[in-house]
Amino acid sequence: MAVGLTLIFGVMRVVNFAHGDMMVWGMYLAFILATRAGVDPYLSFVVCAAALFGLGVIVQRGLVDRIVEAPHEMQILLMLGVALVLENLALLVFGPEPARVRSPLGQLTWELGPLYVDVARLVTFAVAIVLTLALWLFLYRTELGRLIRASADNHYGALVIGADVRRIYATAFGIGAACVGAAGALVSPILPFQPATGLALSVTSFNIVIIGGMGSLVGAFIGGLLVSVAESLGAVFLRPSLKELFSFSLLIVILLFRPAGLFGKRLP
Amino acid sequence: MKALAAAGAVAVLLALPLVLSGYAITIFILIFFYAYLAQAWNILGGYAGQLSAGHAAFVGIGGYTSALLFERGVTPWLGMFVGAALAAGLGAVIGYLGFRFGLRGFYFVLLTVAFAEICRILASNVEAVGGAIGLYITFTGDPRHFQFRDPRAYYYIALALMLLATGVAALLERRRLGIYLTAIREDEAACEALGVDTFKCKMLAMVVSSFLTGLAGTFYAFQNFSLQPGAVFGIPLSVEILIRPIIGGAGTLLGPVLGSFILTPLAEVSRQYFGQGGLHGAHLVVYGLLLVAVVLFLPQGAYPFLRRLLRRGAA
Amino acid sequence: MTALLTVAKLSRRFGGVQAVKDLSFSVGEGEIVGLIGPNGAGKTTAFALISGFLAPDAGEVRFRGRVLRGLKPHQVNALGLARTFQIVRPFPRLSVVRNVMIATLGRHPAPAEAERRARAILDELGLGARAETPAGSLTLAERKRLELARALGTEPVLLLLDEVMSGLNEAETERMVELVRAINRRGVAILLIEHVMRAVMSLAQRIVVLNYGERIAEGRPEAVAADRRVIEAYLGDEGVPSAPA
Repeated sequence: MAVGLTLIFGVMRVVNFAHGDMMVWGMYLAFILATRAGVDPYLSFVVCAAALFGLGVIVQRGLVDRIVEAPHEMQILLMLGVALVLENLALLVFGPEPARVRSPLGQLTWELGPLYVDVARLVTFAVAIVLTLALWLFLYRTELGRLIRASADNHYGALVIGADVRRIYATAFGIGAACVGAAGALVSPILPFQPATGLALSVTSFNIVIIGGMGSLVGAFIGGLLVSVAESLGAVFLRPSLKELFSFSLLIVILLFRPAGLFGKRLP
Repeated sequence: MKALAAAGAVAVLLALPLVLSGYAITIFILIFFYAYLAQAWNILGGYAGQLSAGHAAFVGIGGYTSALLFERGVTPWLGMFVGAALAAGLGAVIGYLGFRFGLRGFYFVLLTVAFAEICRILASNVEAVGGAIGLYITFTGDPRHFQFRDPRAYYYIALALMLLATGVAALLERRRLGIYLTAIREDEAACEALGVDTFKCKMLAMVVSSFLTGLAGTFYAFQNFSLQPGAVFGIPLSVEILIRPIIGGAGTLLGPVLGSFILTPLAEVSRQYFGQGGLHGAHLVVYGLLLVAVVLFLPQGAYPFLRRLLRRGAA
Repeated sequence: MTALLTVAKLSRRFGGVQAVKDLSFSVGEGEIVGLIGPNGAGKTTAFALISGFLAPDAGEVRFRGRVLRGLKPHQVNALGLARTFQIVRPFPRLSVVRNVMIATLGRHPAPAEAERRARAILDELGLGARAETPAGSLTLAERKRLELARALGTEPVLLLLDEVMSGLNEAETERMVELVRAINRRGVAILLIEHVMRAVMSLAQRIVVLNYGERIAEGRPEAVAADRRVIEAYLGDEGVPSAPA
């Protein structure tokens, strides 16, 4: 989830406020697939990823592309607008009630010595690692991946060498959205969701990416781990409803002292 | 010429309650109220260019403070200034942290959101200030308690507030601070090189903006007689606050007002129309679409666009 | 001649690169001093250090007898030191006159007075006709003059000009040189970074040459032009700086 966001940001320096809301659509898609077509979300996540890739590309080509050069405030507002539209369309279409996807896998637990491991979460974690690795390989070992990274580092340089920057941006955005689509599907059995969840997810993504560092893949991954550990610890020591307090406070601290995060590049 | 038009418009607004139905009056109250909030936001977000998505926090603090003080027998006419002062205090803290640490653009937005959410979470969880249920204000109908039986009283107060905020913005525009702020929005470093204390200017804008927004909190509290943490500290309110000046024209004098006149009735109508069918949130979709449209096609907002049209028409 | 600005053993590094090393020179009242050197020699960094945009790792800057330490750029400016930027930074959406007003408001808080003075400066620099246009639509030469106008608006006694001639054609350069001379005749000392050698050679009374962050030569233009070390430093870059025609 955070990996997708950092990709979008790192490549285009556009902050995607709609991230969380895209993820919620991913969740709903998985839900539909599960209830209508009986497809298990652990399989359908591929479809969700593809669908959101498409959405991402559309959003990028149609909207974001026009304002890549515009002042940052404009980009923020644009994505905010998209977020509003997505979130409330979901509200209109699916209603405000929380939904949850059932999966046979969700019921299993393994006994690992003294611990009970929730299989669902384990699988999610495993897939996340696999996807992250795949993304890493893509970015560092393939031609297109290298182009994406080059464009991130130097927009004009990429233009000079004749790269089709628009296509690269569209792809990057699409992949970012795809990550989120996959994440949405994978998480849908674990987390009850409603349209309003979009905001919380966006904030969490930002939290993670800021902590780990914008523009750094490794950072996003490590950031994700850190934040979830922190939140879990927070939930243990404080009242669960206050754990958000913890992550927001952490966000403020990080913003103040290391906005570049642990591994990342600074927003110009 | 402009002064004449302005006076005329104000006269019309003053006279309206005589001819309007109760429902229409309510709509106008909302228009004025949101225009006021929009203008207050405009001082920081429009003129100074520091986008805040957490202004609801100031409304909440203002409202909660005067409501709690009212419970202890302090008249809201006094309480509202205390609330506004506290809101300005939070504004100063956010401003100090944000500006001292050089947070710009997106990072600053996140900071404001973080603070607003923290306020909301605290308000929802601390029983002493009502917890998740929020606060309720006992109805007395007594003007000394900032309560009026006649909605037209609220109409005039809201109108006065809107005129007040616009007046403050107008004053700001002509004075040095306002001129500095418009330049800070363009290029802070260049301003510094020309001798402008950008930190002080931004702090002033922040404090004025949050103070004014805090005042609105009391109006909200004593018009609705209840304060819910989610409604009064939450992101939806912050969005309502910032969307009007953006669509109407951030950094202009009449942009926020225009924005409110356009969006508020729109929101109300769609709430009525769609809300009946159980389709909540439709107006927010419209907001989102408008926001996207404005950013893409009218980045300066509706008001500058209209102004240009009128000029070309006159030429 | 008393030293207006004294830079003593100024040093600053960025990561692994020593941008400025042990730099020392001074500028006297009413002097025009040129600061030249190949690209990347540390000239703009020196400007940033002097004007308060960067803090030095070591060394000291003295301006009008006062040590500048920990001061923010606007405070340095208030003391009478103004700088322009290598890549001009007008306020694009503000009108030209407003651009200059930002500068004049510093010493003349009343907007009416600030505007009057701004217009006077604009007239002097030949931008009077463009006073109401948004700064974003000016030509490069006009923007350079606007940059100069703004710096002048702060009523400096020392003006740091960063490549104010770059990108200008011959006629525009001539005009700019004349303007700079006129400003200097009014008593404003000037420290200028330039690559346009013709301009530096004809304007500067003294030249300081930087290479790799260090001062490698200093003296009158003709002497510097003939200095072997300077010639070598430039050979890899733009060729030899020549003495004024």
